[in-house]
Amino acid sequence: MDLLGYGAFFLTTALIFSLVTLGLNLQWGLTGLFNVGVAGFVAIGAYTSALLTTPDDAARLGGFGLPILVGWLGAMLVGGVAAAITGIATLRLRSDYLAITTFGVAVVVQLVALNAQKLTGGPFGIGFIPRPFGGLAETPLLFNLSNLAIVFVMTLIVYLALEHLSRSPWGRVLNALREDERAAISLGKSARFYRVQAFGVGGAIMALAGALQAHFTGFIAPDNYLPALTFQVWVMLIVGGAGSNIGAVIGSILVWAIWAGSGALTSVLFSPEQQARAASLQIVAIGVMLCVILLVRPNGLFGDRPRRARFGKGAKAAPDESAAR
Amino acid sequence: MSDTTERQEEIRTPVLTARNVLRRFGGLVAVNNVSFDVRPGEILGLIGPNGAGKTTMFDLLAGSILPTSGEILLNGVSVSGEAAHRRIRRGLGRTFQIPRPLPNLTLIENVMLAAQGQAGEKLLANFLTPRRVAAEERAAEIRAVELLELVTIAHLAHEPARVLSGGQRKLLELARVMMADPAIILLDEPAAGVNATLLEIIIDRIRDINARGITFLLIEHNIDMVTRLCHRVLVMASGQLLREGTPDEVARDPRVIEAYLGGTA
Repeated sequence: MDLLGYGAFFLTTALIFSLVTLGLNLQWGLTGLFNVGVAGFVAIGAYTSALLTTPDDAARLGGFGLPILVGWLGAMLVGGVAAAITGIATLRLRSDYLAITTFGVAVVVQLVALNAQKLTGGPFGIGFIPRPFGGLAETPLLFNLSNLAIVFVMTLIVYLALEHLSRSPWGRVLNALREDERAAISLGKSARFYRVQAFGVGGAIMALAGALQAHFTGFIAPDNYLPALTFQVWVMLIVGGAGSNIGAVIGSILVWAIWAGSGALTSVLFSPEQQARAASLQIVAIGVMLCVILLVRPNGLFGDRPRRARFGKGAKAAPDESAAR
Repeated sequence: MSDTTERQEEIRTPVLTARNVLRRFGGLVAVNNVSFDVRPGEILGLIGPNGAGKTTMFDLLAGSILPTSGEILLNGVSVSGEAAHRRIRRGLGRTFQIPRPLPNLTLIENVMLAAQGQAGEKLLANFLTPRRVAAEERAAEIRAVELLELVTIAHLAHEPARVLSGGQRKLLELARVMMADPAIILLDEPAAGVNATLLEIIIDRIRDINARGITFLLIEHNIDMVTRLCHRVLVMASGQLLREGTPDEVARDPRVIEAYLGGTA
């Protein structure tokens, strides 16, 4: 029974990661946008939903005590808009420059969460976030299973919607932009407009995941949204195979299994005073797995596209242009 | 072409007009005060030695770069400040000197991408009007297959474009740009690096497409091809328009020969 409960808890977290990875897959796997600010958009979603749904708190803005569903929709909206703004601000940036900038955005978001005490509760975070099926908290198994069910349904909806989109003409345009922006523009596609859309939709999905997580644990703090989160999600996408939605989901579950499993293992193997140092072994485990997978399957488990140089694509001067000068 | 048809064409609005177009790159004037008309239905050649400014002229016409001064008109409407992705909707399509197929998209996806005004390219339409999107996709697919057949690579329709040879890539670009239903197509060196057999196919297809009423402006170094295809030829050298005439006239002009042999360029 305990095992079942833990299984449900584990899968819920893994599926929430899957959602984040699905959002990143839309941006990177499909469109080729090098977003290294994932944690920032997850944080924006978590904080938005928390502010909207928590009971009134004199120490900070809100809460507004709104229904959970409103919190989730609000999270998607705010996260999507924030990501779209990031997209607009970075329209002229490519590959590594885009990465540095988005990384900066995530750091800013995290620092605001940490310091804007009136808005976010500062380092103490926000507690008492209403939990769906909170009434079931007495019976952990039932509580975990119902949470799993709701997260599963959300992930499924997002997954199906993204599958539909990536096979649609809209997805084809995003694909084309990743492959060769200049060619896509010559065929009448506005690179700017689609980039902003990919940023926005991906950001909204990440924010939704952040909100789900916040309501699942009932408590959020700035420390949840450090760059390590972005790193985890990237590993999940690379392991699963960039470009594949099913790969994003499976990769997330797998990496989370190794992360959680190695964590459990170190707590068994090492004495309490060595725990803190042993925790680094988790990162080692993930790193080793990443190396193995990239050696055996360079495109990830479900990536079907051949590897190609994605870096500096934008920087590469169009050969015909330089020839005429 | 007989005199009467020539006179008729001169009355009609040019498909494409460059008026005193000038483009600077720093201190270099790549295109210097160039003016010309492309008449409806003609195949106009643009030749000149390397570095003459031909491709820059193309990029200016297609909107990839904007002119420092001067004006570009499409069917009599000024498009000088308009971004590249809008010009194809106005009927101007272009191919690249080094073909730019989308390597991991299949040939058919490459061609379908060029269809204009597809509902499915709007995010929400895919959820709100899925039937319309599906119907348009089916229609686009049929047309894309036809175009791939026209350029003789339909048997590769479901292969990724990266498998194509250099010449086949040029054919794919031709099919792709046709998908957008352009009134005029700018071809940048369609013969470069193409073997003789494939070159015949390309020449043949250009004639074919031209017979359907589509105008061409083409940059080409292969004088044989220019002579066979073009009704008129413009010669550029050092960023300026050196001469305009029939292929024969141009080929005999001593100034043109000098430019090619390294006088002005």
